[in-house]
Amino acid sequence: MGYPHKPHPRETLVLSEHFGDPDARTYDGWVKRGGYETLEKALGMESAAVITEVQESGLRGRGGAGFPAGVKWGFMPKEKKGPHYLCVNADESEPGTFKDREIMRWTPHALIEGSAITAHAIQAQTSYMYIRGEFTEPIAIMQQALDEAYAKGVLGKNAMGTGKQLDMYIHRGAGAYICGEETALMNSIEGRRGNPRIRPPFPAAYGVFGRPTTINNVETLTAVKHIMERGAQWYKSLSLSNPKSTGTKLLSVSGQVNKPGNYEVEMGFPLKDLVYDLCGGVHSGALKAVVPGGSSVPYLTREEAEGCLLDYEGCVEAGTMLGSGGVFVFDETADIVYQTMRTCRFYAHESCAQCTQCREGTGWTVRILQKILAGEGEMKDLDLLMDVGEQMTGKTICVLSDSCAVVAMSAIEKFRNEFEAYITGVRRPLLAAV
Amino acid sequence: MHQTTAHEPVFTGERKNELEQVLERYETRRAGLLPALWMVQHARGWISEEAMAEVADVLGLTPAYVKGVVTFYTMYHQHPVGEHFIQVCTTTCCNVVGAEDVVQAFLEQTGCGELGATSRDGKYTVIEVECLGACGFPTPVMINEDFIESVTPETVPRLLEKYR
Repeated sequence: MGYPHKPHPRETLVLSEHFGDPDARTYDGWVKRGGYETLEKALGMESAAVITEVQESGLRGRGGAGFPAGVKWGFMPKEKKGPHYLCVNADESEPGTFKDREIMRWTPHALIEGSAITAHAIQAQTSYMYIRGEFTEPIAIMQQALDEAYAKGVLGKNAMGTGKQLDMYIHRGAGAYICGEETALMNSIEGRRGNPRIRPPFPAAYGVFGRPTTINNVETLTAVKHIMERGAQWYKSLSLSNPKSTGTKLLSVSGQVNKPGNYEVEMGFPLKDLVYDLCGGVHSGALKAVVPGGSSVPYLTREEAEGCLLDYEGCVEAGTMLGSGGVFVFDETADIVYQTMRTCRFYAHESCAQCTQCREGTGWTVRILQKILAGEGEMKDLDLLMDVGEQMTGKTICVLSDSCAVVAMSAIEKFRNEFEAYITGVRRPLLAAV
Repeated sequence: MHQTTAHEPVFTGERKNELEQVLERYETRRAGLLPALWMVQHARGWISEEAMAEVADVLGLTPAYVKGVVTFYTMYHQHPVGEHFIQVCTTTCCNVVGAEDVVQAFLEQTGCGELGATSRDGKYTVIEVECLGACGFPTPVMINEDFIESVTPETVPRLLEKYR
């Protein structure tokens, strides 16, 4: 629900049902709400049967890529020859995205339950919960919930009295966006710099400590709990548009909108209704632009946004991506050139600097944008930005470089007049000349 | 200011046991590096070259390797910072609704003057930080280990009173 707001009648509360209710945070409160019954049931099932159920549900990765979760789990070796690991990706750092934070703050036991079910499905004894270093409150709440889960025998040597061992540990990040990239996260757990790894080998074959590893986002793992509780058919029925996008999605709405917050809706919900109805419209004047999937996806113009359906296919049709579901909204007062520079500056700051195209390209992009904002830009700079963006796309180990490029390129394609206004002097320079 | 005197070993007694317990979670001692660095920073306020050498020694790594990791992660302080370390999110979602005004308010009212500088009394350091992951609560600010939502220029004076 739109925490900190009251639930809106058009929301579908599954993951967010207990947001804002501190009682649901505790072990007793969770059990009172039916908590850990699903884990008990799942631990009594064959691992393969759990994987089949999740495959059947159509659940797709909520971290950004949208890869079918059950299919990913199916890549793990069927015969266990050494340790398997589960990594819980709680490094939520994509600008515009703040849903995993609420899941951890309000329903830590839901995440533990979904993660434990998943660990069973992929035959992992140990799970690492990688939480970004700045999330001090979620870390404290998750640690308390883990302590309770151990004390109550949910986790440990004899998990839920089944004789199975399940361990779950928090690994605190230390400030690096790139560690949300799956292989960078594994390097970070191993005590290395968070550089993404070249694939193949993929994590299911060679993950953390070189062992078969599955990594999933917090929202994905929490959804697993509900799928195993209520069944794949129920989950599949939550779909307003394309049957390939199933379930609910937490949408984190921010920017120039009247009621920012997390909203949970069925896949395929109209973006227009999210902004104007659930969020009460924009701050001033008309809507100018929306970035619907976290900062790494193309801008939508007002017209595009008003026609966009929020599921994986709907966003692609509108020319963007659903990504992590971080929806940021700009009204007509927003300076797209400046905000594009800020987003690109984020990527320049967060580049791990392994790949030349990214290390050089992100910084170069920012410098050109700053030159334009200082009133010193030339029309050919726009072509240069497009050219640099092309060179940054599809050429690196991970997609951080592509993400920076797509922001600059889509801004120029869709809001060219704003760039030209700085270049021709129609707009006064915003930054001092360098 | 945090202490800048000669390095005293961090991993002795209770803290050494704590680290050894943490190491049991992992297949390698190297994997204890991020937790060990957090322990150093909690104990000392920052991570000096000597502390890096100590961590290297404890985990069986080289000082150069440890430094390579320390420099990768922005939350590890390689220099002493103010007693209250203030990080203001100014990435796009917060930026578009006034985060830079919040930064200005902190810079003026702490006496830091400029980003990254420490106030003359050693109390404060203010930096801009990239996305704190609470975009629906602009502007989120971290002061030391406290995460504070919905800070505006108007609420800065009252907030700073808690960090005197």
